[in-house]
Amino acid sequence: MASGRVGNRIAKLIICHGSSISSLRAWPTTAAFTAQPWTCLGSRMAAVQELAPFGARAASSQIVRTRMKSVKSIQKITKAMKMVAASKLRGIQAKAENSRGLWQPFVALLGDNPGISVKKKVIVTVSSDKGLCGGINSTSVKYSKALLRMNALMGADKETKYVIIGEKGKAQLQRDSRKAISFFVGETQKIGICFTQVAMIADDILKKNKADVYQVVFNKFASMVSFLPTVATVLSTEMLAAGIDGKGGGLESYELEDADMPSEIYDNLAEFQFAAVLYNAMLENACSEAGARMRAMENSTQNASDMLERLTLTYNRTRQTSITTELIEIISGAAALEG
Amino acid sequence: MFSRSFAEVAATSSSEKQEKVFGEAQVTEKFKADWKTIAPNFDMPKFPSNFMEVRPPVPSTIPAKLTVNFVLPSQYEIKAKQVDYVIVPATSGQMGVLPGHVPTIAELKPGILSVHDGTDVKQYFVSSGFAFVHANSVADIVAIEAVPLDRFDPDEIRRGVQEYTQKMNSAKDDLEKAEAQIGVEVHSALQYALGIA
Repeated sequence: MASGRVGNRIAKLIICHGSSISSLRAWPTTAAFTAQPWTCLGSRMAAVQELAPFGARAASSQIVRTRMKSVKSIQKITKAMKMVAASKLRGIQAKAENSRGLWQPFVALLGDNPGISVKKKVIVTVSSDKGLCGGINSTSVKYSKALLRMNALMGADKETKYVIIGEKGKAQLQRDSRKAISFFVGETQKIGICFTQVAMIADDILKKNKADVYQVVFNKFASMVSFLPTVATVLSTEMLAAGIDGKGGGLESYELEDADMPSEIYDNLAEFQFAAVLYNAMLENACSEAGARMRAMENSTQNASDMLERLTLTYNRTRQTSITTELIEIISGAAALEG
Repeated sequence: MFSRSFAEVAATSSSEKQEKVFGEAQVTEKFKADWKTIAPNFDMPKFPSNFMEVRPPVPSTIPAKLTVNFVLPSQYEIKAKQVDYVIVPATSGQMGVLPGHVPTIAELKPGILSVHDGTDVKQYFVSSGFAFVHANSVADIVAIEAVPLDRFDPDEIRRGVQEYTQKMNSAKDDLEKAEAQIGVEVHSALQYALGIA
């Protein structure tokens, strides 16, 4: 019996709200919550009043109640995503901080020369695979594009190619720089970032792109609120052997132990440096991604709770108005009967 | 944390507060000007040297101690420790590095790295890597894996040598042969290092 009554009520709801359900499907996504909720709420409320079917007095409060439920569930989802990002961050932050020493010996030996003018350059853009992580992927892409244009400024014969790590970077760079993309590496965080995996990726990149200079663009995890775009420069074997201006004597002042195969030593040096720099870059970027996602989800949860408050007030107002209207009708009807 | 920062070592006047002086990248004026033209609204990116402390300058006399940095991908094993000398397993054999050593770049083969400070000796078995000795008596050792010697099991090592020798003999192509050769080399070095037959 009770189930029959509930069933009838549900049937009535569906019939009443048949037209308004299509408007519910276009409910703003979580991404919209991270921006400004008020504008989308305003337009949606207007739509609600238009689409409420004629004669269904309880319709608008039902709609608001459905909206409240969906906002509450979005709030729960974003809160959970924030927790997940926090736990991921904890794990990967330790790894990233431990790896910070890895590239320092190479910079101490070879110096840091980002403005070096070369014929062929490869820009490795490190980005994330998943979205909802704030603006860090846009930052990586912006700086990569700027570096490409800077290289083009130095001469018409300068060639620059992109190697993209991460889906989001690919999505952004494909739009206008499709020709300049050499290749793409995805799903690097599935098994966790380890040096073996990065060494394989580095090997792949070096094999497929013979360039003079490799620049890795990533977001360095400075703190929970600060992600600094950083450019790390790695010179190729030929550049090392030829000597670079900027380190004074270059590598000539250094004696090579086992000096009968200098080219092999330079080869290994360049490759190891690239793998080391890339390892640190990927870890730092993953850290920044987790931190940025935490912040974005925190903002989204906050926005959702603000929106829920506003909706609750609207709902109560609508409910009380309809109750007052009913009372007025009943009382005026009774008064009319009495004469 | 380390007891003396590089800035203190380099500074002529001593200060009570430990100050870390971070490096600057060799950015030419042209780079800065180009950046302003191309991306006037963005700040210049940071460079790795911004996050690295400045190394001490070349001293006029040979210092008493060697400063050692030993880094691995998984951790910063030894950070700016002042020691007497280190012995690294270079490809040409065990190489001793004392303060005032001539600047060298040495590629490492699997073997023992020992850090000597007075009577205190720490030994690690390292996989391949690189060792840089700079003119200012700072030695940087970069390796991929390093394990203290007491963590190894002699039986496993003997078994490993036999297994990889077998694989090398039955290798079908160059790749398998190379992999087996690496296995034999590492296990033999381990065997030699631990002094087991």
